[in-house]
Amino acid sequence: MTQVLERPVELGPVGEAVRIARRRALLEWIAVHALGVAAALFFTLPFVFVVLTSLMSDEQALTRDLVPDTWQWDNYRRVLDTPGFLTWWRNTLLYAGLGTVLTVVSSLPVAYALAKFRFRGRNLSLMLVIAMMMLPPQVVIIPMYLFWAKQLDLSGTLWPLIIPMAFGDAFSIFLLRQFLLTIPNEYLDAARVDGCGELRTMLRVVVPMAKPGIAAVALFQFFYAWNDYFGPQIYASENPGAWTLSYGLESFKGAHHTDWNLTMAATVLVMAPVILVFFFAQKAFVEGVTLTGVKG
Amino acid sequence: MSTLAVRRRRSALRTLAFLSPWLIGFSVFFAYPLISTLYFSLMRYDGFNTPEFRGLDNWTYVFSDYPMFWPALWNTLWLVLVMVTCRVVFGLGVGLLITKIKTGAGVFRTLFYLPYLAPPVAATLAFVFLLNPGTGPVNSILDGMGLPTPGWFTDADWSKPALTALALWGVGDLMVIFMAALLDVPKEQYEAAELDGTSAWQRFRYVTLPNISPIVLFAVVTGVIQTMQYYTQPLVAGKVASGVIGGSGQHFEPGYPDKSTLTLPQLVYNLGFQRFDYGGACVVALVLFALAMAFTALLMRRRGGLLQAGD
Repeated sequence: MTQVLERPVELGPVGEAVRIARRRALLEWIAVHALGVAAALFFTLPFVFVVLTSLMSDEQALTRDLVPDTWQWDNYRRVLDTPGFLTWWRNTLLYAGLGTVLTVVSSLPVAYALAKFRFRGRNLSLMLVIAMMMLPPQVVIIPMYLFWAKQLDLSGTLWPLIIPMAFGDAFSIFLLRQFLLTIPNEYLDAARVDGCGELRTMLRVVVPMAKPGIAAVALFQFFYAWNDYFGPQIYASENPGAWTLSYGLESFKGAHHTDWNLTMAATVLVMAPVILVFFFAQKAFVEGVTLTGVKG
Repeated sequence: MSTLAVRRRRSALRTLAFLSPWLIGFSVFFAYPLISTLYFSLMRYDGFNTPEFRGLDNWTYVFSDYPMFWPALWNTLWLVLVMVTCRVVFGLGVGLLITKIKTGAGVFRTLFYLPYLAPPVAATLAFVFLLNPGTGPVNSILDGMGLPTPGWFTDADWSKPALTALALWGVGDLMVIFMAALLDVPKEQYEAAELDGTSAWQRFRYVTLPNISPIVLFAVVTGVIQTMQYYTQPLVAGKVASGVIGGSGQHFEPGYPDKSTLTLPQLVYNLGFQRFDYGGACVVALVLFALAMAFTALLMRRRGGLLQAGD
C-alpha cells in the first residue's frame, strides 16, 4: 500500500495517478466491507442460532442440527403458558417502569444543583456521586439485606429494589449532570430575570432542553432494572411470585433441563422487548453511551 | 440581619432542598451500610444469633482458610489482563472499522451494537447453549472443519475464554465510545500525515492513538471497575453449565467448573447467603470496596474531565 501511495508523485501522467488512486480506493472499499460482513456475522449469528433452535421440535433440539426441520412456533406459546412466566413479565415491568420514573424524578434536581448551583462542597458531592456509581452493589448488600429483610420485613418482594430509586441514582445523577452542563447558563439567567424560582426554571426551561438526556437516563435505568439479576436474587428468590424475567429465566432452564428449544424461546422473549425499545429510541441511547465516556 | 446574609441562607436552603433526595440516599444506602459492613467484618454473625465480637478472625479466615478467596482473586486478575485487554482492542478495532465503512454504515452500526443490549442472563444462556460441547452449533461447526472442540463452560481451562467471547460479543458500548472519539480526531492531521507519505499504520500510531489515548485509558479503567463487579455472567454460566439449578433444595457452589468462574462479588453471595457467615461476607465486601475505589480514584485523577467545573 505504501509504494502505491508514494509512486504516483514521481510518475509523470496525472491520469495514471488518478487511476491507481481509484483502484486503491476500490480495494480498500472491498477490504473494509468484507471485514464488516465478517464482524456482522460474529455479532448476529448467535441471535440467529438462538432463534433457529427456539423453533425446533423437542427431539431435534437434542441433535446437532442447525436449522429446524419443522418450524415449531408453538414453542413460544408453551413458554408463555408456563406457570409464572406472565407474572415475571408483570414484575419486571413494575420494577423497570416504576423504578425508572422514580429515578428520573429524584435524580434530576440533584443533577441540576450539581451542574448549575455554586455552593461549598459541590466538588466533594460530585466525587461522592462518582464513588457511589462505581460501588459494586455487593459491597453493602449484607447491611442492606438485614435492613430490608429483618427490620422492614420486605424480603420476598421487589420493594427493596424499587424504594431506593426514589432517592437518586448515582449513575443517573452523573449522566444528567453531564448533559445539563451543555445547556448554556444564559437560558437559566433569562428565566431568573423573568422572576422564575429555581424549581420553575428547572421545570420550564431546563427540562424541555434536557429531553434527550432525560430520555437516555430513563432508557439506561429501564434496561438496568430489566437486566438486574443480583437484586431479585437477594430479595425475591424465596418467593417465585416476585421474580423478574432475568431471574426467572435461569430457573426456567433448570425446569427444562435439556429442552434447549424452550429455553431459547424464553431467552428470545426476554431479549426481544429490550431490542424493540432500542429500535424506538436508538438515537437517545447512543447519545447517552457517548455522553458517559466522551463528554466527561 | 443584612439582606446578603438572608439571601445566602436562602440559597443554601435551596441547594439543600434540591440535593435532598440524594443526601438521604447517600446516608441510608451508602454511608450507613458501609460503616455497618465494617462493623460486621469484625463480628461473628449468622443473621439469627446475636453478633459476637471476634476481632480480626473473619479477616484471617477469608485470607488463609476460605478456599474460594484466592481463586476468585486470580480469576479477577486473569479477566483484567485478558478480557479487558481483548475488549478494548476489539472495541477499538470495530470502532475503526465502522468509521471506514461507507456503504450501509447505519445497518452495520446497529448490528454491531445490538448484542450489548442483550440482557446478561439471556446472553449468558445463549452462549452456554451455543458453546455446549455436545450439541452446540459452535462445536458442530468446529468439528465439521476438523478443528478441536473445547469443553468451553464445562472445562476449567476454557470457561474464562468462553466468558471473554461473551464479553467481546457485547462490545457495543466501547464501539460507540471509540467511534465518537475517532470522529473527533482533526482531519487536517491525517491530511498532513498523508502528504508526508506515511503508511496507514504510521498514521494510526502517530495521529490516531495520541488523539484518542484519553478514551483508551477511560475504557481500560472502567473495564477494570466492571471486572470487579463481574457477577451475573460467570454465576449464571457456571450454574447452567453445571446443570445444578432449578429445585429450591439444590445447592449450587459458585465457580463451576473447578472454581474457574469465581469472582469476588460471588464470594459475598456465597459467604453471606449460602454459608450465613455475614462477617466473612463483609470482609470480602470491603476488599471489593477497596479495589473498586482505588481504580475509581485512578480514573478521576487521570481524567480531570470527570470533575470539570460546571461553568
